[in-house]
Amino acid sequence: MNILRTTALAFCALSTTATAQTDPENWDAVTAAANGQTVYWNAWGGSTQTNDFIAWVGDRVSEDYGVTLEHVKLSDTADAVSRVLAEKSAGQNDDGAIDMIWINGANFAAMKDANLLFGPFAESLPNWALVDVQGKSVQSDFTVPTDGMESPWAMAQVVFIHDTADLAAPLGSMEAILEWSSANPGRFTFPQPPDFLGTTFLKQALIDLLDDTTVLSAPVGDNYDEVTAPLWDFMDALTPTLWRQGKAYPQTGPRQLQLIADNEVDLAISFSPGEASAAIANFQLPDTARTFVLDKGTLGNASFVAIPYNSGSSEGAMVVANFLMSAEAQTRAQNPDILGYGTVLNMDALSTNERAAFDALDLGIATLSPAELGTALPEPHPSWATRLADDWAARYGVAQ
Amino acid sequence: MRRGISIRWLPLLTVLAMLGPVVAGLLGTIAPAFGYLPAANMTERTVAPFVDLFRWGGFPHAVMLSVTTGFLATSLSLLITVLIIAGWHGTRAFNLIRRLLSPLLSVPHAASAFGIAFLITPSGWVARAFSPWLTGWERPPDVLIVQDHWGLAMVVGLVAKEVPFLLLMSLAALGQVNAKSSATIAAALGYGRVTGWLKTVFPRVYAQIRLPVYVVLAYSMSTVDVAIVLGPNTPPTLSVQIVKWMSDPDLAMRLEAAAAALVQLLLVIGALIWWRGGEIVVGILGAKWVMRGTRSFGDNALRVVGLGAGVLVCTGVLLGLVSLGVWSVAGLWSYPDVLPDSLSARSWSRHWGNIFDTGITTLLIAVCATFIAVLLTLGCLEAEYRFDFTMSERGVFLLYLPLMVPQTAFLPGLQTLMLSAGLKSGFVPVVLAHLVFVLPYVFLSLSDPFRAWDVRFGTIAAALGRSANGVFWRVRLPMLLAPVLTAVAVGFAASVGQYLPTLLVGGGRLSTLTTEAVALAAGGDRRAIGVYGLAQTVAAILPFAAALLLPQIIWRNRRGLSDA
Repeated sequence: MNILRTTALAFCALSTTATAQTDPENWDAVTAAANGQTVYWNAWGGSTQTNDFIAWVGDRVSEDYGVTLEHVKLSDTADAVSRVLAEKSAGQNDDGAIDMIWINGANFAAMKDANLLFGPFAESLPNWALVDVQGKSVQSDFTVPTDGMESPWAMAQVVFIHDTADLAAPLGSMEAILEWSSANPGRFTFPQPPDFLGTTFLKQALIDLLDDTTVLSAPVGDNYDEVTAPLWDFMDALTPTLWRQGKAYPQTGPRQLQLIADNEVDLAISFSPGEASAAIANFQLPDTARTFVLDKGTLGNASFVAIPYNSGSSEGAMVVANFLMSAEAQTRAQNPDILGYGTVLNMDALSTNERAAFDALDLGIATLSPAELGTALPEPHPSWATRLADDWAARYGVAQ
Repeated sequence: MRRGISIRWLPLLTVLAMLGPVVAGLLGTIAPAFGYLPAANMTERTVAPFVDLFRWGGFPHAVMLSVTTGFLATSLSLLITVLIIAGWHGTRAFNLIRRLLSPLLSVPHAASAFGIAFLITPSGWVARAFSPWLTGWERPPDVLIVQDHWGLAMVVGLVAKEVPFLLLMSLAALGQVNAKSSATIAAALGYGRVTGWLKTVFPRVYAQIRLPVYVVLAYSMSTVDVAIVLGPNTPPTLSVQIVKWMSDPDLAMRLEAAAAALVQLLLVIGALIWWRGGEIVVGILGAKWVMRGTRSFGDNALRVVGLGAGVLVCTGVLLGLVSLGVWSVAGLWSYPDVLPDSLSARSWSRHWGNIFDTGITTLLIAVCATFIAVLLTLGCLEAEYRFDFTMSERGVFLLYLPLMVPQTAFLPGLQTLMLSAGLKSGFVPVVLAHLVFVLPYVFLSLSDPFRAWDVRFGTIAAALGRSANGVFWRVRLPMLLAPVLTAVAVGFAASVGQYLPTLLVGGGRLSTLTTEAVALAAGGDRRAIGVYGLAQTVAAILPFAAALLLPQIIWRNRRGLSDA
């Protein structure tokens, strides 16, 4: 497998990339070229709130810059990666079908290694000056340096959503979750790995159960069995107490919300602190839903957008990426009635008016304040996630 | 010889249009299955992908699932269809069922699967109607119904869509088979209604619907949409697993996916051969049964069972559709409420703009693909008649290749082919890709009625001075209006329901109602699914309505033409 992968990367590295795109440093040239372009933004389309937000972004960039934004709804970001890869192998180096991808983690690492990305561009964008580079992890994506090949637009942190009508008090740790689940079987579940949220649950459990998590920053090696032993003991105990006795799982995150609304489960994992409030406003959750984080803290990461090497509208894409980092877009994204995503901006870098807009936001009844959320724990190296997902599939992916 | 474009070459052109992409796609699949993937610079021929596939823990179960759900769904659908027709043909209940066929068939597979999932799940509508006053369930029971390990929920979802399909095909065939007189004679000889029909008409009807039954078998074994909604996930069916592997960013998984696709293809071929063997056995046993002369064989019970099953299928799909409608206007709706707490037009107003745009795209693609398909099909069949071609066994097999080869197996190969040919993603490639899947359905539903047309009409017309073209346009085609419209409706529905071709070949630049609905399915927002499901249904229902109504209207003064 490793040899195959290395030769794949070597092959891709030998290919030339298109050079008909404007230099990001020259912002006026970029906006001039962007006027009239159509940007196909391939982004996960599974959440109606996110789709509405992207539609709003489209309206705004069309007003201000003359860029037409088309949202291509994906059920899996890997579809977009496959598409760019297929275009590269067919030699289509100009005007590919995809102009921008909502991406992070393993997908980003794969595209970056295979030289499928345009850039660097992120740090040349005007609104990069507003980004909280110190306080938030926006220059490294799951420990892989972004090198400006992707531009951040939202911060995510793991929270647990619970229905206080059935589960009143927050649970402070994975052991507490196991105890509660054993006492109330069938009331907890998580999306099936390799869905990113399901894999996140495994990572979160591992981090919470380990005493020393520094080993996770390095790629996975021979220490895998030793490091993950507590996790598999935990999962062995947890799985029979899960919803449907672990024989079936929801396939995505938002599906869990439907299960809570159907009163089938009482606890679910989420990557967006504002998702519960947004869901309550959207009739998807009862208003008794609340969120909590674990005592030791929970994982956090950033969502980025990247531009494929063969995009024909790279200037338009850069304009959109820049707009996503603007105070206006970030304020709107953080509004739980609209989206409820965390912001990537540094409050100190904003003007007084912009900062006031942020402070005025009502984060929502089920959203924890930044103080309650605490510092986000860093993501492990992407190889851990892949290995955990594969191992989980081997152990529990086939019901007996 | 009339000068003009000869249609002699149309059969060859049709085969090329249908099979060129499939063959290229298969080559694009066979190669990686044996380790050859130039995009990843893997050029050694090896059976390593197959070894990895067999080592996957879920392989035996996934294979078993594909086979058993396929056989079970097909057998059940055929049984129910036969019982309905045998027990109730010619009655008022049957006319009611015929009128319901259009709405039932037009509900796309994914939408109907969602509807059924909501009905039968432990926190679903049926449970809510009886809880907690009858069942005492404050919380829904933790019972694995939807996504159960043995795929039974999936079988239910498949049967619900396949019974109307087989019924429609049978109705189109009945008109060519002189069913009424046979049934009358059998009744006069003292045979019960069901037994008489089974002994006299069924063998002839089956000969005409054999091909749709094979398609149903192949589809049941390799479906992706229904399996995702209703089928198990630990492990999933083989086709769903193939799609998962194809989307994996790790290139090595593509090899395993290609190997699995070949295994799926072999499974489908094996299943078809097995079914053929079953037909022969049933034929032998059936002939013996006929010779025994039993006049009646639990006829009343069979009639009741047939009607009951038919009613169950109808109500299942229609209630599911209604539930989609209720979800589309629902405010907060939690267990155990039978109806939502509040109604809200928010979902419709939120999605309406997008539905309108994608709806236009969907309809345009469907119209183009179906038009080309019907043109090619009619041309082929007429060429076959005029130049005395016969479609050999191999020809028939080639016709089914696009329907039997799992979409997941050859579409990525097709994608690369189009890219290499410089065909940019856009409207025309998508129409051509849809054509590959629409042509077989159109051909399938049109060929038997076309060929079963009594050629003596043509002889008489020729004797009265009409040229070959005249016979075609003025005698044959008008007489075949009902089958042609049915074929158009089937082709339209097939195009509206396509997901993978639009997504992969279109490069995401074209959104149809189905691509939007499946993308939303990943999110689990029942309200949005309700909205898109209804929109999809409406897009597909119109041609079916036309197919049933137009012949009645146009031929209202020709009873023999307006029937089946």
